[in-house]
Amino acid sequence: MKLEFNIEGGNFSWAGHASSEVKKMLKQLGIDARCIKSIVIALYEGEVNVVAHAYEGRILVQMEPHKITTEIIDKGPGIPDIELAMQEGYSTASKEVREMGFGAGMGLANMKKNTDELTIESTVGQGTTVKMVNYF
Amino acid sequence: MQVSKICQLLDAKIICGEEHAQANIERGYSSDLMSDVLTLDTDHLLLITGMCNLQTIRTSEMADIRFIVFVRNKKVTDEMLELARENNLCLLESPFTLFKASGILYQAGLKPVY
Ligand SMILES: Nc1ncnc2c1ncn2[C@@H]1O[C@H](COP(=O)(O)OP(=O)(O)OP(=O)(O)O)[C@@H](O)[C@H]1O
Ligand SMILES: [Mg+2]
Repeated sequence: MKLEFNIEGGNFSWAGHASSEVKKMLKQLGIDARCIKSIVIALYEGEVNVVAHAYEGRILVQMEPHKITTEIIDKGPGIPDIELAMQEGYSTASKEVREMGFGAGMGLANMKKNTDELTIESTVGQGTTVKMVNYF
Repeated sequence: MQVSKICQLLDAKIICGEEHAQANIERGYSSDLMSDVLTLDTDHLLLITGMCNLQTIRTSEMADIRFIVFVRNKKVTDEMLELARENNLCLLESPFTLFKASGILYQAGLKPVY
């Protein structure tokens, strides 16, 4: 099963829409609540990152028996130093993003914690692709 | 601690999820930072926050948090209410500060997350 969603940069009221849909689907499939939580927390962090740091993006979800792969592909400024960005506390979030309750520099580390595989590819000036895999 | 007791202690009213008034909550977490809320491993806790926007509701939805107290007299918007109802959340509003609300609940026996 495959799903696809769009993300709009800067649109905080829409942020979380895709994660919410994925959560509903996983619940319907009867997957363990803790697994669902890990998957959707990681996806939500990724979704908020596109809203907060990029211009626009797409989410591709692929369900297989006992495996979910999510890809978040954005057009945006990209991440110059991924290792640095992964460190807890590192953030370039704007004042607006902080006012929304985000921008503590915890998101990427939290995505790593909540997924079995995380790969980030980024080209400065073009965009970022985050791929996450969870087994259940 | 029962939701109805929390209301009493914090001079709070239930904005939605009246049916949860008798539910029991073991732990509380106070923060205005959703980034931190998303890193918690504890489920079924009470979130005490002054961050009153749609992302507070979204964050709670993802983190399996069912109970939120909005402090500092923050008012829940219609948009938030709709999303909260959809997700079966219980929302409270209190006129107290985050510090005062947290102190009262801690003293009354609500446990911290860590
Ligand atoms: N999709 C993205 N496009 C461009 N830069 C990004 C993207 N995702 C993350 N970054 C960069 O990596 C930094 C760290 O991201 P991370 O998610 O860990 O923290 P944050 O988004 O700043 O705050 P938090 O996630 O705690 O709310 C960001 O501040 C930003 O500089
Ligand atoms: Mg982030």
